[in-house]
Amino acid sequence: MLWLVATVAETIAETARTTTLRLDVPVWPGHRAGQHVDVRLTAEDGYQAQRSYSIASPPGADRLELTVVRIDDGDVSPYLTTVAEVGDQFEVRGPVGGWFVWDGDDTTPVLLVGGGSGVVPLMAMMRHHTRTGSTAAMQLVYSARTLDDVIYRDELTTLADGGHRAVTLTLTREASPQWTGHCGRVDTDLLDEVGWPPPVRPRCYVCGPTPFVEAVSLALVGLGHEAARVKTERFGPTGA
Amino acid sequence: MSQAPFDGNVTAGDLADIFAFDATTAITTCATCRHTHPIATLRAYLQAPGMVLRCASCDAVQIRFVRSPARAWVDLRGIAMLEIPPSTEG
Repeated sequence: MLWLVATVAETIAETARTTTLRLDVPVWPGHRAGQHVDVRLTAEDGYQAQRSYSIASPPGADRLELTVVRIDDGDVSPYLTTVAEVGDQFEVRGPVGGWFVWDGDDTTPVLLVGGGSGVVPLMAMMRHHTRTGSTAAMQLVYSARTLDDVIYRDELTTLADGGHRAVTLTLTREASPQWTGHCGRVDTDLLDEVGWPPPVRPRCYVCGPTPFVEAVSLALVGLGHEAARVKTERFGPTGA
Repeated sequence: MSQAPFDGNVTAGDLADIFAFDATTAITTCATCRHTHPIATLRAYLQAPGMVLRCASCDAVQIRFVRSPARAWVDLRGIAMLEIPPSTEG
């Protein structure tokens, strides 16, 4: 698979540690919601570093969007989040990964469960749902540390239209008394309260750090969801 | 063993250089324990010199992949069978 040149067209600060990069990739072949790309940076001395990032933009969007969390000792994310400016170029390879994808070609209900930046590929699915006018019931359960750590906060409010799309936010470390929503981790009780009952047989997509994904997928199966309908993507203890 | 930080989804790009199909959707039968898993769900270790994919059930090594600028080496001894789904548009 060829490496393609991506040019930064816009950067958006999502949270203190998270940046969205809008990229122009002239020969981008198109992608499916949930897929990712490999990003490769080459230093002047020839040293190369490569990481995989989920695509945040929906299929058919004008520009390829990546949302990246800064890992301070990382090889790639500090550049992407704090150094890269409009006009800068780096290489991307993709789209890759056909496992953790939602195409929206039927109306089976969908349960998305994201922890931290695990929300990124799920956001591509929510945006694809919106863009295509899907009538599949889609529900996002999203866990973040504090309200300030919530990525896509304003857009999520807009996307949760009370009809075909719903968003449940839970905060694990928010101390503000102004927050009156769910607190604590995504657990069996929360999934039982806001998720679909197992007889609905939703497609479940779980993305986040490994311990989050292990806990949520076990809880879903424990509630009676079929393991084969629970798709997972793990990306490390703190993101990549 | 500590929890793997990644799963097979992250290896899709490197495997796309080797296989003519999307390997992450292919299903392996573990040569050690005979459980079947999509490659996307195998445990991925990226800090070795190269990449190691281990069985999600028994943790045995299924795939090892090392590359140099000039060539790549793929060790599939840990897989008894590889089941490849029909290709989908991507």
